[in-house]
Amino acid sequence: MSSVVEGLYRQLGLTDEEFERILGVLGREPSRAELAMYSLMWSEHCSYKSSKVHLRRLPSQGARVLQGPGENAGVVDLGDGVAAVFKIESHNHPSFVEPFQGAATGVGGIIRDILAMGARPAASLNSLRFGDPAEPLQRRLLEGVVAGIGHYGNCVGVATVGGEVSFDPCYAGNPLVNALTVGFMPAERLLTGRAEQPGDLAVLMGAKTGRDGIGGASVLASASFEEGDDAKRPNVQVGDPFQEKLLIEACLELGERRLLRGLQDLGAAGISCAVAEVAARAGMGMEVDLDAVPLREPSMEAWEVLVSESQERMLALVAPDRLDDVLEVCRRWGILANVLGEMTEPEGSGEPRGGAPVNREGSGEPQRGAPVNRGIVRVGFRGEVVAEVPAASLADDGPVYSRPLVRPDPPAAGALAEVPLDAEVAEAVLALAADPTCASKRWVWEQYDRFVGHGTVAGPGSDAAVLRVPGSGRAVALATDGNGRYTALDPAAGAALAVAEAARNVACTGAQPIAVTNCLNFASPERPEVMGSFAAAVDGMAAACQALGLPVTGGNVSFYNESSGRPIHPTPIVGVLGLLEDPGAAVPSAFPRPGLDVWLLGETRVELGGSAWQRLTTGQLKGRPPALDLAAEAALHRLLVTLATRRLLAAAHDLSDGGLALALVEATVATWVGATITLPPGVPPLAALVSESASRVLLAVPPASAEELATLAAEAGVPATRLGTTGGDRLVVPGLLDLPVSRLRATYEAALPRALGELA
Amino acid sequence: MRIGVVTFPGSCDDRDARTAVASMGGDPVPLWHGDGDLRGVDAVVLPGGFSYGDYLRCGAIARFSPVMGAVAGFARSGGPVLGICNGFQVLCEAGLLPGALLRNAGLRFVCREVEVTVESTTTAWTSACTAGGSLTIPVKHGEGRYVHDDPAALAAAGQVVFRYAPGHNPNGSLADIAGVRNPAGNVVGLMPHPEHAVDPLLGPTGGRTLFESVLTARV
Repeated sequence: MSSVVEGLYRQLGLTDEEFERILGVLGREPSRAELAMYSLMWSEHCSYKSSKVHLRRLPSQGARVLQGPGENAGVVDLGDGVAAVFKIESHNHPSFVEPFQGAATGVGGIIRDILAMGARPAASLNSLRFGDPAEPLQRRLLEGVVAGIGHYGNCVGVATVGGEVSFDPCYAGNPLVNALTVGFMPAERLLTGRAEQPGDLAVLMGAKTGRDGIGGASVLASASFEEGDDAKRPNVQVGDPFQEKLLIEACLELGERRLLRGLQDLGAAGISCAVAEVAARAGMGMEVDLDAVPLREPSMEAWEVLVSESQERMLALVAPDRLDDVLEVCRRWGILANVLGEMTEPEGSGEPRGGAPVNREGSGEPQRGAPVNRGIVRVGFRGEVVAEVPAASLADDGPVYSRPLVRPDPPAAGALAEVPLDAEVAEAVLALAADPTCASKRWVWEQYDRFVGHGTVAGPGSDAAVLRVPGSGRAVALATDGNGRYTALDPAAGAALAVAEAARNVACTGAQPIAVTNCLNFASPERPEVMGSFAAAVDGMAAACQALGLPVTGGNVSFYNESSGRPIHPTPIVGVLGLLEDPGAAVPSAFPRPGLDVWLLGETRVELGGSAWQRLTTGQLKGRPPALDLAAEAALHRLLVTLATRRLLAAAHDLSDGGLALALVEATVATWVGATITLPPGVPPLAALVSESASRVLLAVPPASAEELATLAAEAGVPATRLGTTGGDRLVVPGLLDLPVSRLRATYEAALPRALGELA
Repeated sequence: MRIGVVTFPGSCDDRDARTAVASMGGDPVPLWHGDGDLRGVDAVVLPGGFSYGDYLRCGAIARFSPVMGAVAGFARSGGPVLGICNGFQVLCEAGLLPGALLRNAGLRFVCREVEVTVESTTTAWTSACTAGGSLTIPVKHGEGRYVHDDPAALAAAGQVVFRYAPGHNPNGSLADIAGVRNPAGNVVGLMPHPEHAVDPLLGPTGGRTLFESVLTARV
């Protein structure tokens, strides 16, 4: 073996065993270009080699699922011939190395995934995690990430309507930037990244290809951070949202005019991945002409062109007789379009491949059988064949690891949160309102365009975003959640709680939760205890999704989230999509007016393990996360949908971080409507306010509806307690608490700007 | 009434402007940046967005597009033209409106609902508004700080159409100016987005009277 090749494969992140496997597939030593392709396609980021065996346990089937895992994004049926396309993805490492561009290109990438299915990207949510915002580095990261998300989303005209941001020291060396986008389309126009027949052409659309983002998926996304990793900055891609905007409009016009056979985005591993996936899905080969790729730098070598992650590129699959029309549309929108390749007949014996079929994301069962496949991707460049490899070997037949794992012991039944409950109640409420994780994120979301698209019924600050669906009388609700503190204590319980909370947020708007997308952020899979917590989290998530009737339609796994050996908390982020029959019936999350009854659904226990109150008062993480009864949670969601459908609810607000205290703050400060309440019985007053017992919702209900509410709740088996009434300009618990809403609001709104040093 | 909405490469709110026009009873007509033809429309809207990416200076490239030649002629002949956000920037760059728009004082993109006061009702786009009345309309921009050599003279000439209400100036605009007009009153530009404020389901409806003004003027 040449020492060049040997040096190269290690540098590219391949192991010795993986290199042996490549030798076995090809029966010869790979060329430089082939090696680059395999190193990217078999990277953790692209191949899901460590997570595949676990993700199959997640449910992915459901009556509304039009496309499950394995395509660019999941698709669900909203009725009346309209479909929603949605998915969440991480861009954690690029955002740490270069916050603005890393976050911006994360948004650009997920938008292209939605576009690839043929949908107009409509709105995004972001789930962000940083260390202490008062530290200069964290402030710089937060400012850069938020500015990058805003810059990209605002410029492409995709509204940013929600998400969450929280702060914990465990993310100081490895922030999380997870971006979710949803799009809508007529279901009949659904595209897949699959060619139909040999002779179909693959047209490369969009930006020129440069040296940016080379090795992004392997070197950057599939390895842990060490000191001095600033040198990885050139591995981060650079975004051009203007180019993306043109690409979106051109692709949508191509879809509308039915000029496409299929569409594929270029993301991780660039042309290599797009070409291999397109060919492998179709069970065909592709003759690729790399000379057709417009280059930013003419000196680029074949392997660089093949794996560059230059942004704003798509691959359109086109029947030859439609090519002229396709090129004309691209010319009109001012984007480059060149024929990169042609689909070819499978070669060789045509025998089925051995082994179980796998799909790229592996979140559940594959959607279709494995193609009988010897399609060969043959790449020509400057008069030479630089690569000639079986498409499936790149896309589907990468290594699959059952990595050693040590499952964490669930916390003992007697594990105590060890939280003192002697604080003064008013002080506790103010302390929670002043905590940057609990407090208002206005500083963040005022940098995002939430209006574009004429569909935002409820935006940031609401329990879930509510979006009107074009071409339908309906709306969808979307929320993301994931509490890393709970998952750190008990990965299975934490993951189940994340599903429950996101779905509960959606149900609070009156929408029926229907599908899940997930982003599983974990540390190195090479550590048995990390794999153990990953496996447990998948089990917890699967159980919750099963119980709540929520298929997982796609998502993303992000490993190696650790920095200099310090792992993040296991942080599965869950995005839930819900369907709302009548956008006008969407339930707000704040008290809209005085004179309403305030009710609490669910049962309050003293549960403080992993709570915000524990973090604030002790700085510790111990005990058990709140208990979750999945049947009770499901009953609660059904009840919320029923109550909303009958128009009984004036407001509904989920209780989570910061418990009843924070829910009351949020329900009063947004509309300046106070309330006078008693606390739920059976627990000490402070615990009633700061406990984070699951499956609870704060309601505001017209007094005339109270009886019907009580009856329906009793029928559903959901505990319902009347706490008091809305009104006045103070939040009052007689004898315990009496604070002006203005003071709560000032505290809640000032917390994050103050932490960032922008307020004295 | 046919209201043309221009699509530049990078326009983001062109679809919403057409939707708003239609919801107010007008007939929206898409206009393409590369065409020098206004298709016989009765009024023109230059929508928000980032025309040509706005990489040079907001609106600086768009003013040279073929459609802007036609819009300038249309404006000179008294045709109603409304520039919203990026469209306002384009009209200033094109010399059809006075002043210029610079980076926000806070240096960040700002998206929020603001209250503006109507200062002039003698324009094609505010004739149905109440003078001195206030409207709630969202803003969303990074470069919306209005500047002018002599804002007092501009006001004296009646060319200030909207001012941000006290405490609502989101960008450091001089004299709280949110929107201006040409001397004739047929061309108006503003940073707030009236097309995002026409449907009560989605929030405040302060944008409705702008569309009502132009729609009732010609019917």
